[in-house]
Amino acid sequence: MISMVEKHTSVQPVFTRSEVEDFLYYEAALLDDWRLDEWLDLFTEDAVYIVPTTDLPEGDPAKDLVFINDDVVQLRGRVIRLKSRHAHREYPRSRTRRFISNVRIIGCAAGVTDVEASFQVYRYRSGSTDPFVGQYSYQLVRTDDRIRIKHRRATLDLETLRNHGAVSIIL
Amino acid sequence: MTSGEIFDLERRRVFDRSWLYVGHETELAEPGEYRRRTVNGRPLIFIRGSDGQVRVLNNSCTHRGAQVCRHDQGQAKSFQCFYHAWTFDNQGELVGLPDEEGYAKGFDKRQYALKSPPRVEQYRGFYFVSFDKDIADIATYLGSVREIIDLTMDSADALGGWYVIRGTAKYSIKANWKLLVENSYDGYHLLPVHKTFLDYVSWRRGLTGEKVTDSGAPLVSRSFAAPHGHGGMLHQAPGRAIANPSPLWTEDVNKEVLRIRAENIKRFGELRGRQMSEVSRHVMIFPNLAFQDSQTGFRLRQFYPVTHELMDVTQWDLVPRDERADLRSSRMENSLAFLGPGGLATPDDVEALESCQDGFATGDEWSDISRGMQREPKMTDELQMRSFWRQWHAMMLESNEAVQTDDRKRDGSFFLELGTAHYGAENTALQSARS
Repeated sequence: MISMVEKHTSVQPVFTRSEVEDFLYYEAALLDDWRLDEWLDLFTEDAVYIVPTTDLPEGDPAKDLVFINDDVVQLRGRVIRLKSRHAHREYPRSRTRRFISNVRIIGCAAGVTDVEASFQVYRYRSGSTDPFVGQYSYQLVRTDDRIRIKHRRATLDLETLRNHGAVSIIL
Repeated sequence: MTSGEIFDLERRRVFDRSWLYVGHETELAEPGEYRRRTVNGRPLIFIRGSDGQVRVLNNSCTHRGAQVCRHDQGQAKSFQCFYHAWTFDNQGELVGLPDEEGYAKGFDKRQYALKSPPRVEQYRGFYFVSFDKDIADIATYLGSVREIIDLTMDSADALGGWYVIRGTAKYSIKANWKLLVENSYDGYHLLPVHKTFLDYVSWRRGLTGEKVTDSGAPLVSRSFAAPHGHGGMLHQAPGRAIANPSPLWTEDVNKEVLRIRAENIKRFGELRGRQMSEVSRHVMIFPNLAFQDSQTGFRLRQFYPVTHELMDVTQWDLVPRDERADLRSSRMENSLAFLGPGGLATPDDVEALESCQDGFATGDEWSDISRGMQREPKMTDELQMRSFWRQWHAMMLESNEAVQTDDRKRDGSFFLELGTAHYGAENTALQSARS
């Protein structure tokens, strides 16, 4: 829901928008460079990473089918897999480029900052171009003076994964 | 696999003369609920009318052809065509049109109801259509495979039955659709293609402090062929939410799993009760519906060719209505870890199929599916694929039924030989894992 008056205005924000933007661009660079172990370090121990299906953007992993619903352990497993030369869909590795924009801090409560941003992720491999377009929702916290991700959801605007075939990269 | 002409023939001779899956009745809980479905290129509305009856209607106005239903899913009392505002109720009847006086005296609205495919039938709530008005009924068409469907459907009897959950995985594979038929019940590819997934499972089991001594590989398995091109593979492996315990689950979850198994045995007897609870079933219902009830959950996967080298895939997951929340989350965790476009396994299948399709550009004419012809076929053999191809070949030659569906004469039973020692060994293993 679009709100002209941001919810956080009554609360002292934990992060400034430019701090959040710097963080998101850094994260995108880690993923584009396949520095996946460093990327994993950005998460809290109770973090989740969710990608809903294209027909149900509001999908709730507790009761609906989603594409991805990783806790930190499974996310670690996903990274171990992606680094293997037996992850056939990503070996040889694809080239990716992420564009993040429309970054907004939409709420802040109990030390958790809610952020939304638009993304385009282009994946190139085996003669194919796969554009992933959608919206990120993040819950960010500050621990040990670093920004950490507590919740990361990539909601796709695509109607189907026609031509993409899979979400084999981290979105 | 590489010919557009063969693909055109397939649509007419194979798809238009088969039963094709549309949806399950549990997707339409309320009167007026509908789902748009495209079946062999035809836009259809799968809908429950206000009278409670499930119907399949052509999504095309009987006036000038525009699609009357323009949302993928929803609930409606009626559909008004946006072109000339003809209105149809949710049972397909034409109930209104502007300026009816403009038509001749004999104009009868009843003749302008939305049409349906020539045949619409269901088996255990699974609705199928056929564009061949003379096709045998769905029960005859499914034949002995009904036994397998029954085992799965009955297995959730004690849990309120199965229903289709919201959210469908829709993706495509740049490969001929028949490659996904082969892949859907191919036990031989598991180790090379899904090494990273199997490593993940071992790694995750290792995290629980358990000493992993087995690979989680099936205890027993077999593949089978059935008349009309159906076929599949059966295997017994840990981690079925109905109802084989898994070392990855908590003791409490495993206790509940064993309770469900005991309940199934009580309701359906030792033989069927154990088969439905312990055996995983990967079945291809000819020509394009994968019915998979395994340790990674229960799902349907349907696929249609868009061209001879591109297919669209749709995946639905089903869960028991009254399954305990922790068991449900174990089930979905298993499902998502392996299956679907974001899983740790399916993307590599997509890669393999696209790689085959690319390889066919060499012009080499044959794939080899002779594996297991000399023995009682295991799940890593290819009998099930031969069953499909024999039927496909017969239909392409405009014969209704393959002369031979199996390599040899068999008893036709789908029951797997289960060792009675399995209970004890498994429980001991679980206890030692937890102690």
